[in-house]
Amino acid sequence: MRVALFITCFNDTLFPATGQAVVRVLERLGHEVVFPPDQTCCGQMHFNTGYQRECVPLVRSFVDTFADADVVVAPSASCVGMVRDFHSRVAEVSGDRGLAAAVAGTVPRVHEFTEFLVDIAGVTDVGAYFPHRVTYHPTCHGLRLLKLGDRPRALLRAVEGIELVDLPGATECCGFGGTFAVKNSDVSVAMGTDKVARVLSTGAEVLTAADNSCLMHVGGLLSRSKSKVRVMHLAEILAGERA
Amino acid sequence: MTGTWLGMPPFPVAAREALGNEQLRTNLRKATGTIRGKRAAVVDERADWEALRVAGKEIKDRTLHNLDTYLEQLERKVTESGGVVHWARDAAEANRIVIDLVRAAEADEVVKVKSMATQEIELNEALAEAGIAAYETDLAELIVQLGHDRPSHILVPAIHRNRSEIRDIFLREMPGVTAALTDDPAELAAAARAHLRRKFLTAKVAVSGANFAVADSGTLVVVESEGNGRMCLTLPEVLISVVGIEKLVPTWQDLEVMLQLLPRSSTGERMNPYTSTWTGVTPGDGPQEFHLILLDNGRTGALADDIGRQALRCIRCSACLNVCPVYERTGGHAYGSVYPGPIGAILTPQLRGVTADEVSPTLPFASTLCGACYEVCPVLIDIPQALVHLRAKAVDAKRGKPSAERTAMRVAQWVFGSSRRLRLAQRLVSIGGRVLGRRGRIGRLPGPFKGWSGARDTATPPRQTFRTWWESR
Repeated sequence: MRVALFITCFNDTLFPATGQAVVRVLERLGHEVVFPPDQTCCGQMHFNTGYQRECVPLVRSFVDTFADADVVVAPSASCVGMVRDFHSRVAEVSGDRGLAAAVAGTVPRVHEFTEFLVDIAGVTDVGAYFPHRVTYHPTCHGLRLLKLGDRPRALLRAVEGIELVDLPGATECCGFGGTFAVKNSDVSVAMGTDKVARVLSTGAEVLTAADNSCLMHVGGLLSRSKSKVRVMHLAEILAGERA
Repeated sequence: MTGTWLGMPPFPVAAREALGNEQLRTNLRKATGTIRGKRAAVVDERADWEALRVAGKEIKDRTLHNLDTYLEQLERKVTESGGVVHWARDAAEANRIVIDLVRAAEADEVVKVKSMATQEIELNEALAEAGIAAYETDLAELIVQLGHDRPSHILVPAIHRNRSEIRDIFLREMPGVTAALTDDPAELAAAARAHLRRKFLTAKVAVSGANFAVADSGTLVVVESEGNGRMCLTLPEVLISVVGIEKLVPTWQDLEVMLQLLPRSSTGERMNPYTSTWTGVTPGDGPQEFHLILLDNGRTGALADDIGRQALRCIRCSACLNVCPVYERTGGHAYGSVYPGPIGAILTPQLRGVTADEVSPTLPFASTLCGACYEVCPVLIDIPQALVHLRAKAVDAKRGKPSAERTAMRVAQWVFGSSRRLRLAQRLVSIGGRVLGRRGRIGRLPGPFKGWSGARDTATPPRQTFRTWWESR
């Protein structure tokens, strides 16, 4: 399959290893991967902070960039949730019917990484090797906006050598919430601190998720507390191979 | 809304203060955790729960879309049954009507059924100013009232108090209580019972709200757990009910759905112990004078908002509070309103106006948008959607006034406007990050980064972005 990548501004700038891992997994499975270079941002930060009008050109740019793609894959449940649930609202706010039509045409072709693997590519065993104790945090947007369900776990369970352990209170928010982490930093940190305690209780070496944003928040708290637990995007684990 | 809650600090400030209170956080975690588990268990019993939620949503939507018709029908039916209907545009008008009615009955005290509407209009304060004493009869409301406190939860107003704190309040404020009182829940309940019984038997006037008002029969409905409400609804001579105009359901058959959704979502019970209904007056039985005050107080404004109006579906079950991780850590007082938690964050700014005071514009931002509230809402209120919508209203209301945030958002929009500019910005981030970073980590930073970096490290941005890696392969 010819897959167009949407790597998201956040992953592109701060977590390029995630995008690289996505490329490795998809190519290993025999897909042709392309990266439309004009892509920038899905607009989630603007939209969720109340700057809906500012979001209009970003949505326009997104649909232009991926107009010709058969399938778009992004390694972020949160950004895919933005595209799927709110790009149509932005188009509505803009009053531009052409944009609304373009959004309606693009959205069904956009998939989160684990969704693509399980639903479109039809695989759960991607041939990965990762001999570590891992716990998985189902981020809120993956859990409730996209309803990823068991897909990420099914993919992780199929990894050779992995020891996958349950995270207590997994479905509770880590407290990141985009600009919430700054606007209400005290509450955000209180929530994140509780999440960290639960991660530590599992004895895992690695905390994984389908969103680098939440991992950056929890990972930042782990790092400040001098913990040795690493955070890794799920794609990086699925890209793991025997040396 | 009026008076008492004004002057509250914006949510982030109030939340910080609340987070410093360890006892509060312990009480809240325990209470919300227990009720959350109970709710989940009784909801899981119902294979048709999702269908019930859809039915609940549709009943409320149908009512709201034809509210004018149903309100007039209700007025007609209540009047035919011997009741008197009053219309109140706002809190001041509603309070004045109640005060005039109490004075007409030549009473100087009233007993109260737990009611959110009367708290919203701050009736007790207005009555006190008019020289009329109001006695809350719901146990938790009584604890709050005796403690000179504010409710912290829709269903469990004293959720922030533990039993030893309650014992102290009773000892200090309840006439006739001696130091022999322990903090055993049964003893505390018995003390409250003895105290309230005296009031039930002497009060001439009762004030209630209503959980539902049935348009086609003119019937009002109150659901409760303790039976104190029923005492108020049956013993006094005069009954005054203050009811928000969104509380209607068209028919008795619609109650069938609502009475399955409400107890399960609020107390985690299959059915609440007491459901009281009354239609006008019945000669020789119960109150001989009945007044219904239909309260707007910002509701028609909310009704006019295509996304915000779904907040008017709310049946005040409080499931969203119990599941909200932000509420669990801050408690209800931080929200600066009688409606706390996720529903308060969308209802309060609409009833008051998004820019009415310091608190309202901060409430839609008091959420991580995790969506847990939407998942439990029995009438499918998409609270995250409404929060984001109200955030846009708060932002739009301040257009033209410069702020650091607005500038940052404008710059970000400009950067994301072209991949060439994004690439340039990525180089700046990378260089800046490496200047600030130590051993691959960025620690505490001053200025606008303080909120983020105060407690969290950040990995230093990599030398190579994804797109430069892609081009080089």
